[in-house]
Amino acid sequence: MMVRNRSVVRRILTVDLPVLLILCFTLSPYLWMALTSVTEKSKLFTEGPSLARATLENYSRLFSTVGFGRNLLDSFIVAGGTMVVGLALAVPAAYAFSRFRFRGRRLLMLQFLLINMFPLVLLILPLFILMRSLGLVDTYLALIIANSTVAIPFSVWMMTSYIDNIPRSLDEAAMTDGCTRFGALFRVVLPLCTPGIIATGVYIFITAWNEYLYALTLGGRSVKTITVAIQTLIGEYQIEWGLLTAGGIVGAMPATLLFLFVQKRLIAGMTQGAVKG
Amino acid sequence: MSALQAPPVPLSRRVLPYAMLSPAVLVTLAIVFLPMIQAVWMSLHDYVLFRPRVFDFVWFKNFQTALADPVFWISLRHTVIWIAITVPAQMLLGLATALLLNQEFPWRGLARALVIIPWALPSVVIALMWVWIYDSNYGVLNDLLLRMNLITASVPWLANPDTALYAIILTLTWQGFPFFAVMILAGLQGIPKSYYEAAAIDGASNFRQFWHITLPGLAGVLMTATLLRIIWVANSIDVIFVMTGGGPGYSTYTLPLYAFINARTGLNYGYGSALAVSFTLVLLGFVILYLRRAGRNIG
Repeated sequence: MMVRNRSVVRRILTVDLPVLLILCFTLSPYLWMALTSVTEKSKLFTEGPSLARATLENYSRLFSTVGFGRNLLDSFIVAGGTMVVGLALAVPAAYAFSRFRFRGRRLLMLQFLLINMFPLVLLILPLFILMRSLGLVDTYLALIIANSTVAIPFSVWMMTSYIDNIPRSLDEAAMTDGCTRFGALFRVVLPLCTPGIIATGVYIFITAWNEYLYALTLGGRSVKTITVAIQTLIGEYQIEWGLLTAGGIVGAMPATLLFLFVQKRLIAGMTQGAVKG
Repeated sequence: MSALQAPPVPLSRRVLPYAMLSPAVLVTLAIVFLPMIQAVWMSLHDYVLFRPRVFDFVWFKNFQTALADPVFWISLRHTVIWIAITVPAQMLLGLATALLLNQEFPWRGLARALVIIPWALPSVVIALMWVWIYDSNYGVLNDLLLRMNLITASVPWLANPDTALYAIILTLTWQGFPFFAVMILAGLQGIPKSYYEAAAIDGASNFRQFWHITLPGLAGVLMTATLLRIIWVANSIDVIFVMTGGGPGYSTYTLPLYAFINARTGLNYGYGSALAVSFTLVLLGFVILYLRRAGRNIG
């Protein structure tokens, strides 16, 4: 009994406490922002952020005077559109990479990896010129296209790793039983990798939701995503930290919740490639 | 003669993979590779957006201008400092976190889920909350340091040219270390337990086990994650752009940020593209290293 107690104390000192310290470091900026956002305006600069007499006034101002609802909708359309485009293109491509061996396969796979490595600045300048000449600046389509430059290559790789994990013997069995290849794809492979498709879709959604530089450059008055709106707030309401932090919380909420929802599967898919390396 | 060959693959089966790939490949050609060629093309021209008629081919004049431009060298220096501090800091913190999260303790699942939160936040929000933390009048960092008597007067962290870059580096470290932790954690789980058992029987200390089993076992993951991170950290300009916009003065300019600001506010797309192309060339070595590692795993 003594020995066991001592080992528990030791564990708390060498594991639990350091973990707690690291979690403090990761979470405290976020919690501090949340705390600031519910502090009354008059109290913020005299007593500092506190939970006493917490108020949601900043949040209601965000929607009534600043018009955050509209920005949330814009972000939602852009992120949702990117998700649809990304998945529609990536799933067939990933199936081909996973189930066929053909000439140029390696080169094409590396091509998709290479795109992810290109600096965003190199792309953002010509994309702006391109969208301007097509008259697409300040439209949803421009932002969906721009976000797809990131979403397509990433989801091709992620989906390939998910489909690789479904044993080939399953679709081969379906095909010997008289299914066509597409029948096997739709009845066997796709249903089995639904969790992977959801995780990939959520990942695309999160990155498109969080994206800022494309939204700033290619957006405008009629399409203004939440990230750009938050940045504009910083400029307009310089010292109104209550309002600003409320904006930050609202802007981060959808992505954070979605992420916590799929994180296990997402991380499994993302780390797989790296661990093999 | 055909008896010796494998049965011919039907044409439909040979064409099918290309047909399934073509939408994704064609779209990426149109929205990634074409614009990229255009960027290189623009970098060889005089092209300022408020003089749209002028598009003169000037060979490498923009690149020569860059080499003679002091801001180019300042930005390049910051890029090097930026990567050289941020990536190792993220890696060490990530390694420590992963080793801890690999131990047995009751709330391990919860801790693992919470530690990755910074990674899911929009960079604009990250920039916003750290600007608030660093605020020189009401910021919590100054408040804490004053209370602990570590400083005697508030420090304007982001407005002081000597501290601004390092303040942003701390923010980036905070944002990026969970990625390392998650990757390394996955790597740790790939090291067979029997190695440690054998070493323990031979009387190896914890430190020796770490040095001779854990680190070699993680080498591959560490290498891949570090290369990926170097590329991403070098590329990430949104946090700096929102936190300081490159200021005060040029003290937080990095090369891609300089290219972006040049095109965005100066509307000088020719010179901006030249800066972006130069930055890409600087980064290319790391990209090739990473692609070679990743290429080996394609079965």
